[in-house]
Amino acid sequence: MGKATVIPFGPQHPVLPEPLHLDLVVEDEVVIEAIPQIGFVHRGLERLVQTRDYHQFIYIAERICGICAFGHSMGYAETVEKLMGIEIPPRAEFLRAVWHELSRVHSHLLWMGLAADAFGFESLFMHCWRLRERILDLFEATTGGRVIFSVVKVGGVTRDISPDMFERFATTLSGIKGEYNQICKAFLTDASVKNRTVDVGTISQQAALDQCMVGPFARASNVNNDIRALGNGAYGALSDFKPILDSQGDCYARVKVRALEVLQSIDIINELIAQIPAGDIAVEVKGSPALGAEASNVLEQPRGECYYYARGNGTKNLERMRMRTPTSQNLAGMTTALAGCDLADVNMIVLTIDPCISCTER
Amino acid sequence: MSFATKSPWVIHYDASSCNGCDIEVLAALCPGFDVERFGIINTGNPKHADIFLVTGSVNEQNIHTIKEIYNQMLEPKVVIACGVCACSAGVFHDCYNVIGGVDQAIPVDVYAPGCAVRPEAIIDAVVEALGILDKKAKALAAKKKGA
Repeated sequence: MGKATVIPFGPQHPVLPEPLHLDLVVEDEVVIEAIPQIGFVHRGLERLVQTRDYHQFIYIAERICGICAFGHSMGYAETVEKLMGIEIPPRAEFLRAVWHELSRVHSHLLWMGLAADAFGFESLFMHCWRLRERILDLFEATTGGRVIFSVVKVGGVTRDISPDMFERFATTLSGIKGEYNQICKAFLTDASVKNRTVDVGTISQQAALDQCMVGPFARASNVNNDIRALGNGAYGALSDFKPILDSQGDCYARVKVRALEVLQSIDIINELIAQIPAGDIAVEVKGSPALGAEASNVLEQPRGECYYYARGNGTKNLERMRMRTPTSQNLAGMTTALAGCDLADVNMIVLTIDPCISCTER
Repeated sequence: MSFATKSPWVIHYDASSCNGCDIEVLAALCPGFDVERFGIINTGNPKHADIFLVTGSVNEQNIHTIKEIYNQMLEPKVVIACGVCACSAGVFHDCYNVIGGVDQAIPVDVYAPGCAVRPEAIIDAVVEALGILDKKAKALAAKKKGA
């Protein structure tokens, strides 16, 4: 047994697109403990509700995170709609769900690329991001933005999608599906990928439950936790939704869950497009949230359950807006998975929780 | 230095960006825009880098990291502020933990606007940075000759 050494990991590290600092206490190449230090991305934007009115804050909410931007604007809008008792048109609900699932495809492809980069499979990284560009083209054609869309507003959405554009969705997504299956095969069957992921950073179902893990990270440890199964909004129209689960709880299982969720999301988009109702895309919103009115809302982000809470004070500004994001739930699970792993596996384990630091710190 | 002015290596640091600009920086390096074909490579080592791409605004916690990375880079070096948060802190300018744009911490040579900054704007900024890098390299060489 060697002497314990502390190796700093981050905040600037090639494998991390975002700043996260870990103090890795190692003994002979084995990590004994990982102590996270955060705060590099903290802006304090929740406090901006005091100076921006509830219509303006949606643009701030969207900029909590650039990867789950659509999810945050949707989650915020739904919370304020609950707070004020607004019923939005069904078409708006469907459009939101279609864009949200498309964001999930883009987020998972982005993550799969970064994971491939982390285990040194450069060409797989490039292939994932090549496919992702085609999803971004769909976003750009329907919303005008590539990563920040600004199409959701309190009371509905600002843009409609035409039937021609839905045709383009169908052809692009079926085209992607064929190429994606090849990438999936590389992730799930390639020996060099399996060497890096199988039996690395295993978390048992009990540990996942104890640490309140959410999202694909929890589902890979066989925790049946998917907010979409509640059937909120347009998700209620899905005929048969079953969360994708895996019982292994290692890095391989987490890659597998996300890889299969991309295909699931493509199916959901096709199903929603087939039954989208005609009608308005927004209702007019007037007035302010009542004094002391409270509302909470949950949403399945690409990284897991996100909880929103809002309280009104009778003025245009909200009294309080609070989000609990998936990564802040998953950090405890990450430090558990890191304890006892090899130093070389640290970047793989950190990536498989799909950390979104700007969501966490806001 | 001539090889470096044609194919600069970049280092990217996320100050307190929302990720939007970060993924656009990566998208510029990946298929679709593919600046790697010009020899522009993303490196993790400040000592290998010629161009410092910073996304997001400066706050109390990360100002030291930004200065540290900048100080570790060798001359000549160019700093690009990617996105409106890095230029002037953007929508977050009046948040309590935001000091301001990247120019509050280190000297910035090129400002690339946009929320999120588009890959085309990043490529434009890098092309402009190449000219500045060339000038700085020549000035450095002249100074060495004179000394």
